[in-house]
Amino acid sequence: MWYYEKKLQYPVKVRECNPRLAKFLIEQYGGADGELAAALRYLNQRYTIPDKVIGLLNDIGTEEFAHLEMIATMVYKLTKDATPEQLKAAGLGENFVNHDRALFYSNAAGNPFTATYIQAKGDPIADLYEDIAAEEKARATYQWIIDMSDDPDINDSLKFLREREIVHSLRFREAVEILKEDRNTKKFF
Amino acid sequence: MTKKMPPEFYTMLEEIQANDFVILELNLYLNTHPNDYAAIQQFNEASLKSMEMKIEFEKQFGPLMNYGKSFSGYPWNWKDTPWPWQV
Repeated sequence: MWYYEKKLQYPVKVRECNPRLAKFLIEQYGGADGELAAALRYLNQRYTIPDKVIGLLNDIGTEEFAHLEMIATMVYKLTKDATPEQLKAAGLGENFVNHDRALFYSNAAGNPFTATYIQAKGDPIADLYEDIAAEEKARATYQWIIDMSDDPDINDSLKFLREREIVHSLRFREAVEILKEDRNTKKFF
Repeated sequence: MTKKMPPEFYTMLEEIQANDFVILELNLYLNTHPNDYAAIQQFNEASLKSMEMKIEFEKQFGPLMNYGKSFSGYPWNWKDTPWPWQV
């Protein structure tokens, strides 16, 4: 069960209409290392991961939905006042004829979201290593979007999200150590 | 559709966001450091502060949460704008 809270995790301000930046940001909405993939990956792994780390996956998975909402807010605010001509100039012409200004779960190149972005191996170490890799890839993507963006307000929110990837990666690394320690203390003969 | 809200809305909301971030960060930390007594104390203190701040915010700007986690005014004001992407 989840409850909704009518607030973003961190404020999202947009300096001006900028559909080109929105096109880049969609990578973190419906891309392979985006927030939707992250949320679904961790919440799905909860069921078969050892008890000691279920709580961590549950809570980070939940936070990812708050990040998804922040990305959606950025894309919405960056495109809501754009004319069809501006959208076309930003490379969003094909997106506009199919979706108008509605958000669509795709990556920056327009490829729709797919469940194949998410592995489910059932091996706790393999799953947690995938999670660490996903966080590091998302951190790198945020850095590259920041490098491409000249909106200081958006960059402030993106830096927050970049830092969250670092913290999540650290927590997953600790989870690996907890499982290794646990494995070493259990003796089966 | 951006709804203009009074300045207190933004300052109170940002204070709530900052305090709730402390709670979230301690929550994740405690999931892998369950014996850190000082962190648990900070977590409980920040959680109490969060409840108090939200009671004050909701008196002025309506419910923050759905499904019975916030009280409603009359008429029903949960569905009122602004939603988070509209502020």
